[in-house]
Amino acid sequence: MTTDPAITPEIIAKHGITPDEYERIKSILGREPNFTELGIFSVMWSEHCSYKNSKRELRKFPTTGPGVLVKAGEENAGVIDIGDGWGVAFKMESHNHPSAIEPFQGAATGVGGIIRDIFTMGARPVFNLNSLRFGPISESKNGGADSESKNQKSKIATNRRLFAGVVAGIAHYGNCIGIPTIGGEIYFDESYEGNPLVNVFCLGVLRHEQIARGAAKGIGNPVFYVGAETGRDGLAGAAFASRDLTEESKEDRPAVQVGDPFREKLLLEACLELLATDAVAGIQDMGAAGLTCSTCETASRGGTGVEIDLAKVPKREVGMTPYEIMLSESQERMLIIVNKGHEQTVCDIFEKWDLPYAEVGVVKDDGMMRVLDHGKVVAEIPASKLADDAPLYEREAKPKVAKTTSEADLLKLIPSPSAGAVTESLQSLLAHPTIASKNWVYRQYDHMVRDGTVVLPGSDAAVFLIREAGKFIAATSDCNALYCSLDPREGARIAVAEAARNLACSGAVPLAVTDNLNFGNPYKPENFWQLRESVEGLAEGCRAFNTPVTGGNVSLYNENPSGPIDPTPTVGMVGLIENEKHITTQSFKDDGDVVILIGDRGSEIGASHYLKVMHGRKEGLPPRIDYTRELALHEALRALIFSDFVKSAHDCSEGGLGVTLAECCISGKKTIGAEIDFGDTGLRPDQLLFNESQSRVVISVGKANAAAALALLEWRGVTAQRIGTVGGATLEIRADGAHFTWNADTLHKAWYFAIRNCMS
Amino acid sequence: MKAAVIRFPGSNCDQDCFHVLNNVFGVETHYVWHKETSLDAFDLIVLPGGFSYGDYLRCGAIARFSPVMKSLVEQAEKGKLILGICNGFQILCEAHLLPGALVRNQSMHFVCEHTLLRVEGVNSPFTNAAITGQILNLPVAHGEGNYTADEATLRELNLNSRILLRYADAGGAITAAANPNGSAENIAGICNARRNVFGLMPHPERAAEKILGSEDGRVIFESILNTLGISKAA
Amino acid sequence: MKVKVIVMPKQSVLDPQGVAVRDAIHHHGMPEIKSVRIGKFMEIEIDDSQALAEEKLHEICRDLLSNPVIEDYQLEIKN
Repeated sequence: MTTDPAITPEIIAKHGITPDEYERIKSILGREPNFTELGIFSVMWSEHCSYKNSKRELRKFPTTGPGVLVKAGEENAGVIDIGDGWGVAFKMESHNHPSAIEPFQGAATGVGGIIRDIFTMGARPVFNLNSLRFGPISESKNGGADSESKNQKSKIATNRRLFAGVVAGIAHYGNCIGIPTIGGEIYFDESYEGNPLVNVFCLGVLRHEQIARGAAKGIGNPVFYVGAETGRDGLAGAAFASRDLTEESKEDRPAVQVGDPFREKLLLEACLELLATDAVAGIQDMGAAGLTCSTCETASRGGTGVEIDLAKVPKREVGMTPYEIMLSESQERMLIIVNKGHEQTVCDIFEKWDLPYAEVGVVKDDGMMRVLDHGKVVAEIPASKLADDAPLYEREAKPKVAKTTSEADLLKLIPSPSAGAVTESLQSLLAHPTIASKNWVYRQYDHMVRDGTVVLPGSDAAVFLIREAGKFIAATSDCNALYCSLDPREGARIAVAEAARNLACSGAVPLAVTDNLNFGNPYKPENFWQLRESVEGLAEGCRAFNTPVTGGNVSLYNENPSGPIDPTPTVGMVGLIENEKHITTQSFKDDGDVVILIGDRGSEIGASHYLKVMHGRKEGLPPRIDYTRELALHEALRALIFSDFVKSAHDCSEGGLGVTLAECCISGKKTIGAEIDFGDTGLRPDQLLFNESQSRVVISVGKANAAAALALLEWRGVTAQRIGTVGGATLEIRADGAHFTWNADTLHKAWYFAIRNCMS
Repeated sequence: MKAAVIRFPGSNCDQDCFHVLNNVFGVETHYVWHKETSLDAFDLIVLPGGFSYGDYLRCGAIARFSPVMKSLVEQAEKGKLILGICNGFQILCEAHLLPGALVRNQSMHFVCEHTLLRVEGVNSPFTNAAITGQILNLPVAHGEGNYTADEATLRELNLNSRILLRYADAGGAITAAANPNGSAENIAGICNARRNVFGLMPHPERAAEKILGSEDGRVIFESILNTLGISKAA
Repeated sequence: MKVKVIVMPKQSVLDPQGVAVRDAIHHHGMPEIKSVRIGKFMEIEIDDSQALAEEKLHEICRDLLSNPVIEDYQLEIKN
């Protein structure tokens, strides 16, 4: 029998525990911890599990509302009402650091983890989204001196490898388990080099009365372990995610787990089958910090204690120490508190599905998490102090000074482009991997299983028919991190608005939000300032759009030797479409349809993708957003949709009107042109076509309805103008005496094959 | 008429198949767990798509030994209708109820997209409601859909009109561009000599309702109902 | 006791994985590589106390571990 190492200051530091935290542990226990207990505290109090540096900020989110059935922080995922006694459980989570080391398994296990968070609530998972960010996979147009350098080429090769690996991992897990991946977003930017972001979202459906909770209720109830055997996977993975990535950490391969989606499919079916009986008092998945987290959290929520004996835990390795068993992050495992007398039901169901299971413990009334090994106590910690009393820190915040070049100065820095340059700019923007079609990605995802995907990947929002409930759910994931890097508060306010706008374009009313905050090392005051500003911006947005935050995830320490990532507060938003007829997609439909711009022509080029892609500048202030105007836009758009006027709706975002109009022409089943005339705008052509001013949507309506649509918009006090007609084989744009033409098929090819060309 | 949808560990298109048969076509449908030993009660037996046993070892290699497969072979010999979709097709080949094998897509990537298929023969219980040469728009979603067989088998399949569906372009031409996975002779679906067992890679159950984009999959189910003497559901 | 099974695609069957790997090796600077074929290697541990059922093992190789339509197998029993 191996003896645990003695606890020394080095060992304490290696566990990521500060001297103060160590004192706190001693006062909780009333004694020194042993090695196993030290390990337990180190994972529970790691950033990843305890949110110790961000919790104070997270409290600023609005989390309540009439439709919220399970709010943020209560359970593994939030649940909202969708009507008629049905609800949806959904959440987004990150798996950034493991994906940097081993992209395939890092992404795959991320998907596995978020799916478990959903079915542990008693919901059947019905679809996934993801928000991914990588370093550039194509050479920049204008880079600087090292544009051709070997360094850039090797970075691009690495970014391509990470991108391909992450997509393959998500496909592998999602396809095998049979949950369609139907949408999301993918961005490419230098700041993510070496630190990709993999944020995965899952949504499941359930009846209100099926909501399951992770509490150890009922003194004397048996505690069962079900699912895969425990091995040495991901030892101290939670602690690993809380440290910056360095060359050395690449050697920490044990921190990467291997997922088994087949096992998880069996586990999912078995758990849902079990939850349909009255055998279950409480259920919790084993994710970060595995057995440790699930044991103390269920005890804490139940106001009870849980005692387990590690000798009974199914294992796939020999000679595992209590430390290893408690900290293991082997995948596809659940902890189930069973109503006494119903043990046989558990056995029958898990035998049917050929899954390992074992009765490993019991619920007690002493509030302790007690771990035995062959009857001998190896760890004993007050459960709620461990689960809920992690230290809370107030980090220092210092504003980051961004280059706030004014709009006027930006226009001086960038010479007014020639007609040829304008034409080329649109083509280049459409072919930029961030804006280009993502079909290379989503063709690898089974996005049709479950017979519910009504709007396939490629439109503003995914729309899914949840057959069980007879409800159409729209969902999107948004965050323009370029805006956030230059003004985190405004960038975050815009992220929420953009998500709501995307949902409005699909015909939906937003219901709620899940957030995934991705930031750098919080001990650096500038990073923490970005976090605080972003959270406050998100909170404002969620209040304005009436979308409470139902849960989410914080991922800190996203840095690599070159510096932190751009602050990336990803917003996942879910909405409801009342009537099938309201479902709207983004592409132009028929010749003769009238094109209407709702909102201003705009003029702000600060922080635009045009500046970044064509001129290599991440500069200026992001466009300003006016929530009153934005809300009025959404209401008006929905009113138009509900009146059956709208044949297509697409919001303006990266690349401005130029990209929006082009996408309307080329993203549908058939490519179709349009003739657009802006009249006299007084703007430079690049400013007109590529500004990213907010609160704008391009719609198309049948010719017969154009007048009525414009009248409705005028009556609502929303700026709108007819700008053209759908038809032809070219996109023609006239403004201020200039005339630009693009062949629609040529644009389509550039946009459709851009990523495929980078990756083959 | 009674239909069975077999559930193997890892099947994941079972609910879709059940939905289309039971709700869209009004056929009394039952799930049958892979450990059951009798399929006597059923007129149509469906092996749905998915990743039975995770596709571990080879797609369908482990599922073919499930207890229910013994009864499936018996029912095939009795002439009952058996429909294998995607993973179901793979299981039928592993079980030797159909010849050949499905191997990795030539592109080495999983592919999920709508494809066009040409109906090659209407002399079968699964295609008799179609017209020869008709083009169907059906989705595929697979990583191992590349049909392969030796020369003798391909000759035999062609000679006896046992290739029921091929990947084609909108004009009906059998081209490499129209083939999503590199399968021999663009083969998408075949039947056995007796014509009561049909395996295909595309998913007709994903194309039986307008709201999902294509209704072209209906013709396969309508053919089955024709054969069993049932008038079509409204 | 350990038994080893190697399952390889039949010579006549296209091995797209092997082709892709061969090309990758060429890019890695070994153009002289003519072909690569990729198969599976299985290590099976058998309870020593039982007499070895060699015939049964071959049956398992034929029926389960390989697909004779597209694969060949080799069984190696080490003493």
